[in-house]
Amino acid sequence: MSDVTRAEVAAVACAELFRGDGEILASPMGLLPALGARLARLTFEPDLLLSDGEAYLLASTPGVGEPVVEGWQPFRKVLDTVVPHGRRHVVMGANQLDRYGNQNISAIGDHARPARQLLGVRGAPGNTVNHRTSYWVPRHSPRVFTERVDVVSGVGHDRARAAGVTRFHDVYRVVTNLAVLDFGGPDRTMRLRSVHPGVTVAEVVRATGFPLDTTDAGETRRPTAEELRLLRAVLDPEARRDREVSS
Amino acid sequence: MADKRMTADEVVAELSDGMTIGIGGWGSRRKPMALVRAILRSSLTDLTVVSYGGPDVGLLASARRIRRLVFGFVTLDSIPFDPWFGRVRQAGEIAVTEYDEGMLGAGLSAAAQRLPFLPVRAGLGSDVPRLNPELRTVRSPYADGEELLAVPALRLDAALVHLNRADARGNTQYLGPDPYFDELFALAARRCYVSVERVVDTAELTAGGPVQSLLLNRSVVDGVVAAPGGAHFTSAAPDYGRDERFQRHYVESAKDPEAWPAFVDRFLSGDEDHYQAQVAAFAAEEGS
Repeated sequence: MSDVTRAEVAAVACAELFRGDGEILASPMGLLPALGARLARLTFEPDLLLSDGEAYLLASTPGVGEPVVEGWQPFRKVLDTVVPHGRRHVVMGANQLDRYGNQNISAIGDHARPARQLLGVRGAPGNTVNHRTSYWVPRHSPRVFTERVDVVSGVGHDRARAAGVTRFHDVYRVVTNLAVLDFGGPDRTMRLRSVHPGVTVAEVVRATGFPLDTTDAGETRRPTAEELRLLRAVLDPEARRDREVSS
Repeated sequence: MADKRMTADEVVAELSDGMTIGIGGWGSRRKPMALVRAILRSSLTDLTVVSYGGPDVGLLASARRIRRLVFGFVTLDSIPFDPWFGRVRQAGEIAVTEYDEGMLGAGLSAAAQRLPFLPVRAGLGSDVPRLNPELRTVRSPYADGEELLAVPALRLDAALVHLNRADARGNTQYLGPDPYFDELFALAARRCYVSVERVVDTAELTAGGPVQSLLLNRSVVDGVVAAPGGAHFTSAAPDYGRDERFQRHYVESAKDPEAWPAFVDRFLSGDEDHYQAQVAAFAAEEGS
Protein backbone atom coordinates (compact mmCIF):
# COMPACT_ATOMS: atom_id res chain seq x y z
CA MET A 1 0.00 0.00 0.00
CA SER A 2 1.93 3.00 -1.25
CA ASP A 3 -0.63 5.59 -0.19
CA VAL A 4 -0.01 5.05 3.51
CA THR A 5 0.64 8.39 5.21
CA ARG A 6 3.36 9.21 7.70
CA ALA A 7 0.68 9.88 10.34
CA GLU A 8 -0.70 6.37 9.82
CA VAL A 9 2.73 4.83 10.26
CA ALA A 10 3.21 6.90 13.43
CA ALA A 11 -0.19 5.84 14.79
CA VAL A 12 0.70 2.19 14.32
CA ALA A 13 4.12 2.76 15.90
CA CYS A 14 2.27 4.26 18.88
CA ALA A 15 0.01 1.20 18.99
CA GLU A 16 3.11 -1.02 19.05
CA LEU A 17 4.20 0.70 22.29
CA PHE A 18 1.43 -1.18 24.06
CA ARG A 19 2.14 -4.64 22.60
CA GLY A 20 2.40 -7.15 25.42
CA ASP A 21 1.05 -4.74 28.07
CA GLY A 22 -1.99 -6.91 28.84
CA GLU A 23 -4.52 -5.75 31.42
CA ILE A 24 -3.08 -2.37 32.43
CA LEU A 25 -4.19 1.23 32.02
CA ALA A 26 -3.01 2.85 28.78
CA SER A 27 -2.67 6.61 29.33
CA PRO A 28 -1.95 8.27 26.01
CA MET A 29 -1.48 12.06 26.09
CA GLY A 30 -2.20 13.65 22.73
CA LEU A 31 -3.90 12.57 19.53
CA LEU A 32 -1.44 10.12 17.94
CA PRO A 33 -0.77 8.18 21.17
CA ALA A 34 -4.55 8.06 21.74
CA LEU A 35 -5.13 6.67 18.25
CA GLY A 36 -2.33 4.18 18.91
CA ALA A 37 -3.80 2.97 22.18
CA ARG A 38 -7.26 2.59 20.65
CA LEU A 39 -5.83 0.75 17.67
CA ALA A 40 -3.90 -1.59 19.96
CA ARG A 41 -7.04 -2.34 21.97
CA LEU A 42 -9.08 -3.02 18.84
CA THR A 43 -6.43 -5.39 17.48
CA PHE A 44 -3.70 -7.09 19.47
CA GLU A 45 -4.20 -5.79 23.07
CA PRO A 46 -7.92 -6.19 23.83
CA ASP A 47 -7.44 -6.18 27.62
CA LEU A 48 -5.99 -2.66 27.86
CA LEU A 49 -7.94 -0.22 30.06
CA LEU A 50 -8.71 3.21 28.61
CA SER A 51 -10.14 6.29 30.27
CA ASP A 52 -12.19 9.06 28.69
CA GLY A 53 -9.54 11.55 29.84
CA GLU A 54 -11.81 12.53 32.71
CA ALA A 55 -13.20 10.32 35.44
CA TYR A 56 -14.48 7.26 33.57
CA LEU A 57 -12.92 4.02 32.37
CA LEU A 58 -14.50 3.02 29.09
CA ALA A 59 -15.44 -0.54 28.18
CA SER A 60 -16.09 0.68 24.65
CA THR A 61 -13.18 2.10 22.67
CA PRO A 62 -13.59 5.88 22.23
CA GLY A 63 -14.86 6.58 18.73
CA VAL A 64 -16.46 3.17 18.41
CA GLY A 65 -20.19 2.96 19.11
CA GLU A 66 -22.02 4.18 22.18
CA PRO A 67 -19.80 4.91 25.21
CA VAL A 68 -19.99 2.11 27.80
CA VAL A 69 -18.44 2.92 31.18
CA GLU A 70 -16.69 0.12 33.05
CA GLY A 71 -15.16 1.99 35.96
CA TRP A 72 -14.55 5.19 37.93
CA GLN A 73 -11.15 6.82 37.95
CA PRO A 74 -11.16 10.39 39.31
CA PHE A 75 -7.87 12.29 39.39
CA ARG A 76 -7.30 11.64 43.09
CA LYS A 77 -7.49 7.90 42.52
CA VAL A 78 -4.98 8.20 39.68
CA LEU A 79 -2.45 9.94 41.91
CA ASP A 80 -3.14 7.98 45.13
CA THR A 81 -3.17 4.49 43.70
CA VAL A 82 -3.11 4.06 39.93
CA VAL A 83 0.32 5.67 39.42
CA PRO A 84 2.04 4.31 42.56
CA HIS A 85 0.49 0.87 42.05
CA GLY A 86 2.14 0.85 38.66
CA ARG A 87 -0.30 -1.02 36.41
CA ARG A 88 -0.08 1.70 33.80
CA HIS A 89 1.78 2.75 30.66
CA VAL A 90 1.77 6.48 29.99
CA VAL A 91 2.77 8.12 26.70
CA MET A 92 3.63 11.74 27.41
CA GLY A 93 4.76 14.60 25.22
CA ALA A 94 8.17 16.20 25.65
CA ASN A 95 9.39 19.73 25.04
CA GLN A 96 12.94 18.43 25.52
CA LEU A 97 14.42 14.92 25.75
CA ASP A 98 18.04 13.94 26.30
CA ARG A 99 19.95 10.78 25.38
CA TYR A 100 19.12 9.08 28.70
CA GLY A 101 15.40 9.87 28.39
CA ASN A 102 15.27 12.80 30.79
CA GLN A 103 12.24 14.84 29.73
CA ASN A 104 11.21 18.43 30.25
CA ILE A 105 7.65 19.80 30.17
CA SER A 106 8.17 22.39 32.92
CA ALA A 107 10.01 25.44 31.61
CA ILE A 108 12.67 26.45 29.09
CA GLY A 109 15.72 28.27 30.41
CA ASP A 110 16.55 29.15 33.99
CA HIS A 111 13.76 27.83 36.22
CA ALA A 112 13.85 30.92 38.47
CA ARG A 113 12.99 33.12 35.49
CA PRO A 114 12.25 30.92 32.50
CA ALA A 115 12.55 32.11 28.92
CA ARG A 116 9.33 30.17 28.39
CA GLN A 117 7.03 28.82 31.05
CA LEU A 118 5.46 25.49 30.03
CA LEU A 119 3.04 23.27 31.98
CA GLY A 120 5.06 22.54 35.09
CA VAL A 121 6.41 19.07 35.89
CA ARG A 122 2.82 17.74 36.11
CA GLY A 123 2.81 14.00 36.80
CA ALA A 124 6.07 13.29 34.98
CA PRO A 125 8.25 12.72 38.08
CA GLY A 126 5.74 10.26 39.55
CA ASN A 127 4.98 8.50 36.28
CA THR A 128 8.60 7.82 35.41
CA VAL A 129 9.61 6.30 38.76
CA ASN A 130 6.47 4.19 39.10
CA HIS A 131 5.58 2.60 35.76
CA ARG A 132 6.38 2.26 32.09
CA THR A 133 6.67 5.58 30.29
CA SER A 134 7.03 6.33 26.59
CA TYR A 135 7.16 9.61 24.70
CA TRP A 136 5.57 10.98 21.55
CA VAL A 137 7.31 13.79 19.65
CA PRO A 138 5.40 15.04 16.57
CA ARG A 139 8.32 17.15 15.26
CA HIS A 140 11.67 15.41 15.65
CA SER A 141 14.29 18.19 15.90
CA PRO A 142 17.52 19.10 17.71
CA ARG A 143 15.50 21.56 19.80
CA VAL A 144 13.59 18.66 21.35
CA PHE A 145 16.37 16.04 21.23
CA THR A 146 18.90 18.05 23.16
CA GLU A 147 22.19 17.33 24.94
CA ARG A 148 20.75 18.54 28.25
CA VAL A 149 17.18 19.30 29.30
CA ASP A 150 16.59 22.51 31.25
CA VAL A 151 14.31 20.96 33.90
CA VAL A 152 14.20 17.20 34.52
CA SER A 153 10.46 16.53 34.78
CA GLY A 154 10.46 12.91 33.57
CA VAL A 155 13.36 10.90 35.01
CA GLY A 156 15.83 9.34 32.54
CA HIS A 157 17.97 6.24 33.00
CA ASP A 158 21.11 7.99 34.34
CA ARG A 159 19.16 10.05 36.86
CA ALA A 160 17.10 7.04 38.01
CA ARG A 161 20.34 5.14 38.63
CA ALA A 162 21.94 8.04 40.52
CA ALA A 163 18.86 8.50 42.71
CA GLY A 164 18.43 4.76 43.36
CA VAL A 165 14.94 4.59 41.86
CA THR A 166 15.45 1.98 39.14
CA ARG A 167 13.10 -0.55 40.79
CA PHE A 168 9.98 0.51 38.89
CA HIS A 169 11.62 2.94 36.48
CA ASP A 170 10.90 1.88 32.88
CA VAL A 171 11.40 4.64 30.31
CA TYR A 172 10.62 2.52 27.31
CA ARG A 173 10.45 4.07 23.86
CA VAL A 174 10.10 7.29 21.90
CA VAL A 175 7.96 7.55 18.79
CA THR A 176 8.39 10.59 16.53
CA ASN A 177 7.25 11.71 13.09
CA LEU A 178 10.49 10.20 11.74
CA ALA A 179 11.38 7.16 13.79
CA VAL A 180 11.05 4.81 16.74
CA LEU A 181 13.79 4.94 19.39
CA ASP A 182 14.53 3.05 22.59
CA PHE A 183 17.21 3.05 25.28
CA GLY A 184 19.19 0.01 24.19
CA GLY A 185 22.33 2.02 23.39
CA PRO A 186 25.53 1.94 25.50
CA ASP A 187 24.84 2.81 29.16
CA ARG A 188 21.08 2.85 28.38
CA THR A 189 21.28 5.75 25.97
CA MET A 190 18.91 6.40 23.12
CA ARG A 191 19.13 4.06 20.15
CA LEU A 192 17.44 4.24 16.80
CA ARG A 193 15.23 1.15 16.40
CA SER A 194 13.59 2.00 13.10
CA VAL A 195 13.01 4.79 10.64
CA HIS A 196 9.58 5.31 9.12
CA PRO A 197 9.24 4.35 5.44
CA GLY A 198 10.67 7.19 3.34
CA VAL A 199 12.94 8.49 6.13
CA THR A 200 16.71 7.92 6.10
CA VAL A 201 18.91 7.19 9.08
CA ALA A 202 20.99 10.27 8.21
CA GLU A 203 17.87 12.43 8.38
CA VAL A 204 17.12 11.22 11.93
CA VAL A 205 20.74 11.70 12.99
CA ARG A 206 20.64 15.28 11.68
CA ALA A 207 17.41 15.96 13.56
CA THR A 208 18.86 14.70 16.85
CA GLY A 209 21.01 16.99 19.00
CA PHE A 210 23.21 14.23 20.41
CA PRO A 211 25.00 11.19 18.98
CA LEU A 212 22.62 8.32 18.32
CA ASP A 213 23.36 4.59 18.23
CA THR A 214 22.11 3.56 14.79
CA THR A 215 23.37 -0.04 14.79
CA ASP A 216 20.70 -2.43 13.55
CA ALA A 217 18.14 0.30 12.78
CA GLY A 218 15.39 -1.21 10.67
CA GLU A 219 12.28 0.17 9.04
CA THR A 220 9.07 0.84 10.99
CA ARG A 221 6.42 -1.63 9.94
CA ARG A 222 3.63 -0.48 7.66
CA PRO A 223 0.02 -0.58 8.85
CA THR A 224 -2.00 -3.66 7.97
CA ALA A 225 -5.13 -3.30 5.85
CA GLU A 226 -7.26 -3.77 8.97
CA GLU A 227 -5.30 -1.09 10.86
CA LEU A 228 -5.78 1.33 7.97
CA ARG A 229 -9.50 0.61 7.90
CA LEU A 230 -9.80 1.23 11.65
CA LEU A 231 -7.82 4.47 11.46
CA ARG A 232 -9.48 5.88 8.37
CA ALA A 233 -13.07 4.73 8.75
CA VAL A 234 -13.53 4.28 12.48
CA LEU A 235 -11.10 6.08 14.80
CA ASP A 236 -10.17 9.20 12.86
CA PRO A 237 -12.44 9.67 9.81
CA GLU A 238 -11.69 13.42 9.75
CA ALA A 239 -7.95 12.66 9.48
CA ARG A 240 -7.03 14.91 12.41
CA ARG A 241 -3.82 12.84 12.49
CA ASP A 242 -2.61 14.60 9.34
CA ARG A 243 -2.75 17.95 11.11
CA GLU A 244 -0.34 16.69 13.76
CA VAL A 245 2.02 14.80 11.43
CA SER A 246 2.41 15.97 7.87
CA SER A 247 3.49 13.52 5.19
CA MET B 1 -27.90 25.80 64.65
CA ALA B 2 -25.32 27.80 62.76
CA ASP B 3 -26.37 29.43 59.51
CA LYS B 4 -23.07 29.76 57.64
CA ARG B 5 -24.37 31.61 54.60
CA MET B 6 -22.28 34.61 53.68
CA THR B 7 -21.33 36.62 50.62
CA ALA B 8 -18.14 36.23 48.58
CA ASP B 9 -17.00 39.67 49.77
CA GLU B 10 -17.56 38.60 53.40
CA VAL B 11 -15.37 35.54 52.77
CA VAL B 12 -12.57 37.71 51.42
CA ALA B 13 -12.93 40.08 54.39
CA GLU B 14 -12.01 37.14 56.64
CA LEU B 15 -8.74 36.60 54.74
CA SER B 16 -5.60 38.64 55.22
CA ASP B 17 -2.49 39.59 53.28
CA GLY B 18 0.28 37.01 53.30
CA MET B 19 -2.01 34.03 53.94
CA THR B 20 -1.55 30.59 52.42
CA ILE B 21 -4.73 29.89 50.44
CA GLY B 22 -5.65 26.57 48.86
CA ILE B 23 -7.87 26.72 45.78
CA GLY B 24 -9.86 23.60 44.88
CA GLY B 25 -10.85 22.21 41.48
CA TRP B 26 -8.34 21.12 38.87
CA GLY B 27 -7.04 23.02 35.82
CA SER B 28 -10.05 24.67 34.22
CA ARG B 29 -12.54 22.51 36.13
CA ARG B 30 -14.83 23.50 39.02
CA LYS B 31 -12.68 26.38 40.19
CA PRO B 32 -14.16 28.79 42.79
CA MET B 33 -13.97 31.63 40.26
CA ALA B 34 -16.58 33.86 41.97
CA LEU B 35 -14.42 33.78 45.12
CA VAL B 36 -11.33 34.52 43.00
CA ARG B 37 -13.17 37.46 41.42
CA ALA B 38 -14.04 38.67 44.93
CA ILE B 39 -10.31 38.61 45.79
CA LEU B 40 -9.66 40.69 42.67
CA ARG B 41 -12.18 43.29 43.94
CA SER B 42 -10.38 43.46 47.30
CA SER B 43 -6.87 44.63 48.15
CA LEU B 44 -5.84 41.17 49.38
CA THR B 45 -2.27 40.45 48.28
CA ASP B 46 1.06 38.75 49.02
CA LEU B 47 -0.66 35.35 48.93
CA THR B 48 0.87 31.91 48.86
CA VAL B 49 -1.51 29.98 46.61
CA VAL B 50 -1.70 26.19 46.57
CA SER B 51 -3.51 24.95 43.47
CA TYR B 52 -3.87 22.40 40.73
CA GLY B 53 -3.64 25.52 38.67
CA GLY B 54 -5.98 26.90 36.06
CA PRO B 55 -7.40 30.35 35.32
CA ASP B 56 -7.67 30.95 39.10
CA VAL B 57 -3.89 31.27 39.07
CA GLY B 58 -3.94 33.29 35.85
CA LEU B 59 -6.42 35.88 37.16
CA LEU B 60 -4.71 36.27 40.53
CA ALA B 61 -1.37 36.59 38.72
CA SER B 62 -2.81 39.23 36.37
CA ALA B 63 -3.59 41.41 39.40
CA ARG B 64 -0.24 40.62 41.08
CA ARG B 65 -1.80 38.99 44.16
CA ILE B 66 0.44 35.92 44.31
CA ARG B 67 3.78 36.02 46.09
CA ARG B 68 4.39 32.27 45.85
CA LEU B 69 2.60 29.53 43.93
CA VAL B 70 2.70 25.91 45.10
CA PHE B 71 1.70 23.85 42.09
CA GLY B 72 2.19 20.82 39.87
CA PHE B 73 0.89 22.44 36.70
CA VAL B 74 -1.05 25.41 35.40
CA THR B 75 -3.28 24.64 32.43
CA LEU B 76 -6.61 25.63 30.92
CA ASP B 77 -7.10 22.02 29.69
CA SER B 78 -8.51 22.77 26.22
CA ILE B 79 -5.78 25.44 25.92
CA PRO B 80 -2.47 24.16 27.28
CA PHE B 81 -0.95 27.31 28.78
CA ASP B 82 -2.31 30.24 30.79
CA PRO B 83 -0.82 33.47 29.35
CA TRP B 84 -0.81 35.38 32.64
CA PHE B 85 0.99 32.62 34.50
CA GLY B 86 3.56 32.48 31.69
CA ARG B 87 4.01 36.26 31.79
CA VAL B 88 4.62 36.55 35.55
CA ARG B 89 6.95 33.56 35.53
CA GLN B 90 8.93 34.85 32.57
CA ALA B 91 9.21 38.23 34.29
CA GLY B 92 10.49 36.50 37.44
CA GLU B 93 7.67 38.13 39.40
CA ILE B 94 6.52 35.19 41.52
CA ALA B 95 8.26 32.54 43.57
CA VAL B 96 7.25 28.95 42.94
CA THR B 97 7.26 25.65 44.76
CA GLU B 98 6.91 23.22 41.87
CA TYR B 99 5.93 19.67 42.80
CA ASP B 100 4.86 16.56 40.97
CA GLU B 101 1.03 16.60 41.04
CA GLY B 102 0.99 13.50 43.28
CA MET B 103 3.35 15.25 45.72
CA LEU B 104 0.88 18.12 45.98
CA GLY B 105 -1.84 15.63 46.94
CA ALA B 106 0.48 13.97 49.45
CA GLY B 107 1.26 17.35 51.06
CA LEU B 108 -2.45 18.12 51.39
CA SER B 109 -3.13 14.60 52.74
CA ALA B 110 -0.40 15.03 55.34
CA ALA B 111 -1.95 18.31 56.49
CA ALA B 112 -5.44 16.77 56.46
CA GLN B 113 -4.18 13.94 58.66
CA ARG B 114 -2.17 16.30 60.88
CA LEU B 115 1.04 14.47 59.95
CA PRO B 116 4.36 16.29 59.43
CA PHE B 117 4.98 14.57 56.09
CA LEU B 118 4.00 11.63 53.91
CA PRO B 119 6.46 9.48 51.96
CA VAL B 120 6.19 9.25 48.19
CA ARG B 121 8.35 7.91 45.38
CA ALA B 122 7.35 10.69 42.96
CA GLY B 123 9.96 13.41 42.66
CA LEU B 124 13.06 11.28 43.27
CA GLY B 125 15.56 11.54 40.43
CA SER B 126 13.78 14.55 38.92
CA ASP B 127 14.69 18.23 39.35
CA VAL B 128 11.96 18.70 41.96
CA PRO B 129 14.41 18.18 44.88
CA ARG B 130 16.98 20.48 43.20
CA LEU B 131 14.38 23.22 42.76
CA ASN B 132 13.08 22.76 46.32
CA PRO B 133 16.22 22.27 48.43
CA GLU B 134 14.18 22.25 51.65
CA LEU B 135 12.81 18.81 50.71
CA ARG B 136 14.18 15.87 52.69
CA THR B 137 14.07 12.14 52.18
CA VAL B 138 13.10 9.44 54.65
CA ARG B 139 14.35 5.85 54.75
CA SER B 140 12.03 2.93 55.37
CA PRO B 141 12.79 1.35 58.78
CA TYR B 142 11.77 -2.04 57.34
CA ALA B 143 13.82 -4.65 55.52
CA ASP B 144 13.49 -2.98 52.10
CA GLY B 145 15.27 0.17 53.37
CA GLU B 146 13.80 2.18 50.49
CA GLU B 147 14.56 5.89 50.48
CA LEU B 148 11.54 8.05 49.72
CA LEU B 149 10.72 11.72 49.47
CA ALA B 150 9.17 13.12 52.68
CA VAL B 151 6.60 15.58 51.33
CA PRO B 152 5.97 18.18 54.05
CA ALA B 153 2.39 18.90 55.11
CA LEU B 154 0.82 21.70 53.06
CA ARG B 155 -1.05 23.48 55.85
CA LEU B 156 -3.44 26.14 54.61
CA ASP B 157 -4.80 29.21 56.33
CA ALA B 158 -7.91 28.96 54.18
CA ALA B 159 -9.38 26.77 51.46
CA LEU B 160 -11.69 28.06 48.73
CA VAL B 161 -13.70 25.42 46.87
CA HIS B 162 -16.72 25.44 44.59
CA LEU B 163 -19.23 22.57 44.54
CA ASN B 164 -22.72 22.00 43.21
CA ARG B 165 -24.95 22.10 46.30
CA ALA B 166 -24.79 22.80 50.01
CA ASP B 167 -27.18 23.40 52.86
CA ALA B 168 -26.90 26.50 55.04
CA ARG B 169 -25.01 24.53 57.69
CA GLY B 170 -22.19 23.56 55.34
CA ASN B 171 -22.98 20.02 54.23
CA THR B 172 -21.66 20.10 50.68
CA GLN B 173 -22.23 17.96 47.59
CA TYR B 174 -20.56 17.44 44.23
CA LEU B 175 -22.76 16.08 41.44
CA GLY B 176 -20.21 15.70 38.64
CA PRO B 177 -17.96 12.71 37.98
CA ASP B 178 -14.91 13.91 39.92
CA PRO B 179 -14.52 15.32 43.45
CA TYR B 180 -11.00 16.49 42.51
CA PHE B 181 -9.02 17.22 45.71
CA ASP B 182 -11.57 19.51 47.36
CA GLU B 183 -11.94 17.35 50.46
CA LEU B 184 -8.18 17.44 51.05
CA PHE B 185 -8.08 21.23 50.57
CA ALA B 186 -10.92 21.57 53.11
CA LEU B 187 -9.26 19.30 55.68
CA ALA B 188 -5.81 20.87 55.21
CA ALA B 189 -7.13 24.35 55.99
CA ARG B 190 -7.86 26.19 59.24
CA ARG B 191 -10.90 27.75 57.58
CA CYS B 192 -12.82 26.38 54.61
CA TYR B 193 -15.18 28.43 52.46
CA VAL B 194 -17.41 26.77 49.88
CA SER B 195 -19.30 28.45 47.11
CA VAL B 196 -22.08 26.44 45.47
CA GLU B 197 -24.42 26.69 42.55
CA ARG B 198 -27.40 26.42 44.88
CA VAL B 199 -28.02 26.40 48.62
CA VAL B 200 -30.84 23.96 49.36
CA ASP B 201 -32.36 22.51 52.49
CA THR B 202 -30.78 19.41 53.96
CA ALA B 203 -33.49 16.98 52.84
CA GLU B 204 -33.28 18.26 49.27
CA LEU B 205 -29.49 17.95 49.43
CA THR B 206 -29.49 14.29 50.40
CA ALA B 207 -32.25 13.52 47.91
CA GLY B 208 -30.23 15.20 45.14
CA GLY B 209 -27.57 12.55 44.75
CA PRO B 210 -26.15 9.34 46.21
CA VAL B 211 -24.82 9.59 49.75
CA GLN B 212 -21.25 9.30 48.37
CA SER B 213 -21.74 12.68 46.67
CA LEU B 214 -21.85 14.42 50.08
CA LEU B 215 -18.16 15.28 50.01
CA LEU B 216 -17.83 17.68 52.96
CA ASN B 217 -19.75 17.55 56.20
CA ARG B 218 -20.55 20.74 58.06
CA SER B 219 -17.80 20.28 60.68
CA VAL B 220 -15.14 21.29 58.15
CA VAL B 221 -17.02 24.13 56.46
CA ASP B 222 -16.93 27.67 57.87
CA GLY B 223 -18.78 29.62 55.22
CA VAL B 224 -21.31 28.86 52.46
CA VAL B 225 -21.69 31.23 49.51
CA ALA B 226 -24.58 30.94 47.07
CA ALA B 227 -22.88 31.59 43.74
CA PRO B 228 -24.83 30.44 40.67
CA GLY B 229 -22.37 30.37 37.77
CA GLY B 230 -19.67 30.65 40.42
CA ALA B 231 -17.23 28.36 38.59
CA HIS B 232 -17.58 30.22 35.28
CA PHE B 233 -15.67 30.02 32.90
CA THR B 234 -14.46 26.67 34.21
CA SER B 235 -16.76 23.63 34.20
CA ALA B 236 -19.17 22.67 36.98
CA ALA B 237 -20.70 19.45 35.66
CA PRO B 238 -23.54 18.61 35.59
CA ASP B 239 -24.75 22.20 36.11
CA TYR B 240 -22.71 23.46 33.14
CA GLY B 241 -19.64 22.70 31.07
CA ARG B 242 -16.65 24.92 30.45
CA ASP B 243 -17.42 28.13 28.54
CA GLU B 244 -14.85 27.47 25.80
CA ARG B 245 -15.66 30.62 23.86
CA PHE B 246 -15.23 32.81 26.89
CA GLN B 247 -12.04 30.98 27.89
CA ARG B 248 -10.65 31.68 24.40
CA HIS B 249 -11.63 35.31 24.82
CA TYR B 250 -9.80 35.38 28.17
CA VAL B 251 -6.69 33.87 26.58
CA GLU B 252 -6.71 36.22 23.58
CA SER B 253 -7.16 39.22 25.87
CA ALA B 254 -4.46 38.01 28.26
CA LYS B 255 -1.98 37.47 25.43
CA ASP B 256 -2.34 41.03 24.20
CA PRO B 257 -1.37 43.82 26.64
CA GLU B 258 -3.45 46.24 24.57
CA ALA B 259 -6.58 44.10 24.84
CA TRP B 260 -6.35 43.22 28.54
CA PRO B 261 -7.63 46.55 30.00
CA ALA B 262 -10.82 46.18 27.96
CA PHE B 263 -11.35 42.68 29.39
CA VAL B 264 -10.83 43.99 32.91
CA ASP B 265 -13.14 46.96 32.28
CA ARG B 266 -15.92 44.86 30.93
CA PHE B 267 -15.80 41.78 33.16
CA LEU B 268 -13.78 42.44 36.29
CA SER B 269 -14.59 46.01 37.28
CA GLY B 270 -18.02 45.45 38.78
CA ASP B 271 -19.58 42.99 41.22
CA GLU B 272 -20.45 39.33 40.52
CA ASP B 273 -23.91 40.25 39.15
CA HIS B 274 -22.24 42.64 36.72
CA TYR B 275 -19.82 39.87 35.66
CA GLN B 276 -22.64 37.37 35.09
CA ALA B 277 -24.65 39.94 33.11
CA GLN B 278 -21.65 40.75 30.90
CA VAL B 279 -20.98 37.03 30.39
CA ALA B 280 -24.59 36.56 29.26
CA ALA B 281 -24.26 39.53 26.91
CA PHE B 282 -20.97 38.16 25.54
CA ALA B 283 -22.62 34.77 24.89
CA ALA B 284 -25.50 36.48 23.06
CA GLU B 285 -23.09 38.52 20.90
CA GLU B 286 -20.98 35.49 20.06
CA GLY B 287 -24.03 33.34 19.41
CA SER B 288 -25.50 35.77 16.90
